[in-house]
Amino acid sequence: MSTTSVLGGVIKRREDPALIKGRGLFVDDVKMVGMLHVAFVRSPFAHATIKSIDTSTALSKPGVVAVYTADEVRHLGPLLAQVAVGKLRPLLADGVVKHSGEAVAMVVAEGRNEAEDAAESVEVDYDQMKAVVNLKEAAANKAKVHDDLDSNVLITWEAGPWGNAEGIAQTRQAIADAKVQPEVVIVSQEMVNQRLIPTAIEPRAVVADWNEGYGRFTVYSSTQIPHALAGAIAKTFGLASNAVDVTAPEVGGGFGAKLNVYADEILVCFASMELNAPVKYTESRRESPNNTIQGRGWVATATITGRHDGEILGFELEGIADMGAYTQNFTVAIPFLGTFVGSGQYKFPTYWKIDCVTTHTMTTDAYRGAGRPEAIYYLERIVDVFAREIGMDPADVRRRNYIPASSFPNAVSPIGFAMDTGDYAQNLDALLATAEFADLKAQRDQARSEGRHVGLGLSSYVEVCGFGPSALVGLGFSWSTYDLPSAFNGSGLVRVNADGTATVTIGTGPSGQGHETTWAQLVANELGIPTDDIRVSHGSTAESPMGVGTFGSRSAAVDGSATYLAARKVRDKAARIVAHVLEASADDIRFEDGGAHVAGSPDKSVTWKEIASHAYQPHTLPEGVEGGLEAHSVFSPANATWPFGAHAALVEVDVETGDMQLLRYLAMDDCGNVISPMIVDGQLHGGLVQGIAQAMFEEAIYDADGNCLTTTLLDYPLPTAGDVPSFDLHRTVTPSNVNPLGVKGIGEAGTIGSAQTVVNAAVDALYDLGVRHIDMPLRPRRVWQAIQNARKS
Amino acid sequence: MTVNGRSVGAEVEPRTLLVHFLREQLNLTGTHVGCETGYCGACTVMVDGTTAKSCTMLAVQADGASITTIEGLAQDGQLHPVQEGFWERHGLQCGYCTPGMIMSAVGLLEANPNPTEAEIRHGIEGNLCRCTGYHNIVKAIEYAASKMRGETPAPAEWEVKA
Repeated sequence: MSTTSVLGGVIKRREDPALIKGRGLFVDDVKMVGMLHVAFVRSPFAHATIKSIDTSTALSKPGVVAVYTADEVRHLGPLLAQVAVGKLRPLLADGVVKHSGEAVAMVVAEGRNEAEDAAESVEVDYDQMKAVVNLKEAAANKAKVHDDLDSNVLITWEAGPWGNAEGIAQTRQAIADAKVQPEVVIVSQEMVNQRLIPTAIEPRAVVADWNEGYGRFTVYSSTQIPHALAGAIAKTFGLASNAVDVTAPEVGGGFGAKLNVYADEILVCFASMELNAPVKYTESRRESPNNTIQGRGWVATATITGRHDGEILGFELEGIADMGAYTQNFTVAIPFLGTFVGSGQYKFPTYWKIDCVTTHTMTTDAYRGAGRPEAIYYLERIVDVFAREIGMDPADVRRRNYIPASSFPNAVSPIGFAMDTGDYAQNLDALLATAEFADLKAQRDQARSEGRHVGLGLSSYVEVCGFGPSALVGLGFSWSTYDLPSAFNGSGLVRVNADGTATVTIGTGPSGQGHETTWAQLVANELGIPTDDIRVSHGSTAESPMGVGTFGSRSAAVDGSATYLAARKVRDKAARIVAHVLEASADDIRFEDGGAHVAGSPDKSVTWKEIASHAYQPHTLPEGVEGGLEAHSVFSPANATWPFGAHAALVEVDVETGDMQLLRYLAMDDCGNVISPMIVDGQLHGGLVQGIAQAMFEEAIYDADGNCLTTTLLDYPLPTAGDVPSFDLHRTVTPSNVNPLGVKGIGEAGTIGSAQTVVNAAVDALYDLGVRHIDMPLRPRRVWQAIQNARKS
Repeated sequence: MTVNGRSVGAEVEPRTLLVHFLREQLNLTGTHVGCETGYCGACTVMVDGTTAKSCTMLAVQADGASITTIEGLAQDGQLHPVQEGFWERHGLQCGYCTPGMIMSAVGLLEANPNPTEAEIRHGIEGNLCRCTGYHNIVKAIEYAASKMRGETPAPAEWEVKA
């Protein structure tokens, strides 16, 4: 096999043997000698003052070592947040609780059962107060969530274009002018983009071990951002960042929920330092919804002003987004990320205004897509509403209003961001030209002729990912809060070992994305070392260069590019060594098939083991060449990347019961160049189902008192294998121009593209009954009710 | 009880769940806990030849039983065809649900060696996966079913498309 064909090819995943044998190491599998266990006492109220906490009974329970309250941890300050707008979370509730499930006390015991038993007997005297849960009431400031904040509205993101007050005023005027033109069509719809619970199947877990002899923490955490966590721990405890070794071993799914520093991570470190013992905390599923961040939670009104010929003259989105009670890592920045794609793929004037509102509920933050699924949902739903209103094919309306391919590269969107590359019409037309799309239409028409309510939905999307450019540090794209003022660079360290194998060390924090495989392919492609001889190491702050973590579909575009550049440096040095050994010119050295040879003379060759033996025996090297064979590169792209695509869904609704089935799903995605088609398609499958899950099944529900009613998987229904079909995936390829690999990112595209596609299909199925919109999730009762309401009116 | 062919015995608290006994006392950490309500299936093991969710079973209920966990599935260094299918067809991403999913698939194929796609999907409804969207899990089980029937599995999708 020629290793030069590795890019765009498929190798089986390097991660899998351990995982399919049950030998993968997850955090809860970590055991240390003398390890203690933590359980938290959590508030049953969403809003209450704490009159007293009596820990004496708990302390007398068998196996209990310590019980801590705010009094012991107050000096460590509130939990750090990268974008610290709003109320920061106290490590333990300090005199008042602001959401149900908030941690009030921490029990440490010899076993988990003992800790949980003792937590039951911590007596907390609460004085319950009225909770502010309803988002609109919170936004209206009828009652305040935090006495010491001026308003429940923490910040407002306004764009059109972003950051330009004069431009915004002009955009608003242009849209106002359009509205009074003759023959204009205005469609407007308030829509809920409901709160979701990310629900990685592995609950979060953390183990911390303070060794006072070494003056160092050893921490295992189920996190997407090991370096940021190390920085947060170091800053909190007054240590250098290199005195905190964080390892993210196997991480059982993240989806943004593990893109955060959590109070329990800090508190477990505190307990370890106090008790001079390793301490573990593993979240239970029932605790998780009120302990690990949630996502989405918007109510907004989308309005399109356009003409009967399909020309759209303006788009407005105005609404509110639920931040929950406390600001964590990126909380208020999530709607801001939505603004980036506020005008989608379109050229029409766009005005965007979202208020970030605090409530007495769990914190929201990044959940797969993080602001972009919300933005695209509103836009692509209202474009569909408009197309139906004027009786035009939704595909034609979209195509007519796209930013043309001729505006690329670096087209500037109406919202004010330059986009790397794109060809939206070609992508949409490719979807429409597939045999499967023709099938979907035929299937719908056939079903309708039989009186069945089958609908075909369409959506396109653009997303922004691959953060990011160094210059964005001013907008918060850095870990400066954690005293790591690095931009969101990529980082890769490539070392050829003395036996001719290679070790690649990266600062990513994958949770199933297959980095060990993809990076082995990348480096094999550059060096010609077989993938089996390349070990890829990630998730360890002790081993890796400064890394930013894995989120925002950034790893391949940014860290992959850095690793590619590092491999090039290694190759260039190796070429000088080989040229010396084979008495040839360095320019003529080719690397493949496990070694190097002189171009045109395949018999003049050396193996990587021979090259390495020279590198590590410096007396054999040419003059001026240092010993060793390794290189590190940091990569900062000129821009984020902007993947895009077009999706189609076919659904059937049983109008008697409201039950809806997703029959088929077809996607045409464009994420630029593809390293492993297997892994890219796998990311899409999972992303699609998370978007479909929002459309059809999932919703975090709070009652009026602020109790989260969806804290088990019985109440919060994740889709099962029986709920979704197999997928028909295709792609167009428009390489990015902002990184040397031409890749864009695919982790979130499926989620961003799918929810509105399914809702558009549902409305198509029920349009003849008068249904114009249904808020997600489209569970049977809600669909049934929408049908009844339409029939009544 | 017998676990993966090895006879084991221990005194346990009455409330000890089978999954905790396997993980904490036998150090068989391949069996995972995802939900504590029997819904996610990450804890699925074989008890006397049938799949069981080890987080909804007390260790004492398994007294005398023969248990197979993910660690005991490969025989003589040979992966079980279901394990092989998951590797060959990219049936896992983060790998957390995978041991339970594989055990369920083994149980499914023992009961129905030639399942349709719909039967596979129905058969693994007791196991939740958040990463794969189930698409490649279905392909992995189809691969295993073919192998176990002595047939050549259909080529992977990426081979067909290439």
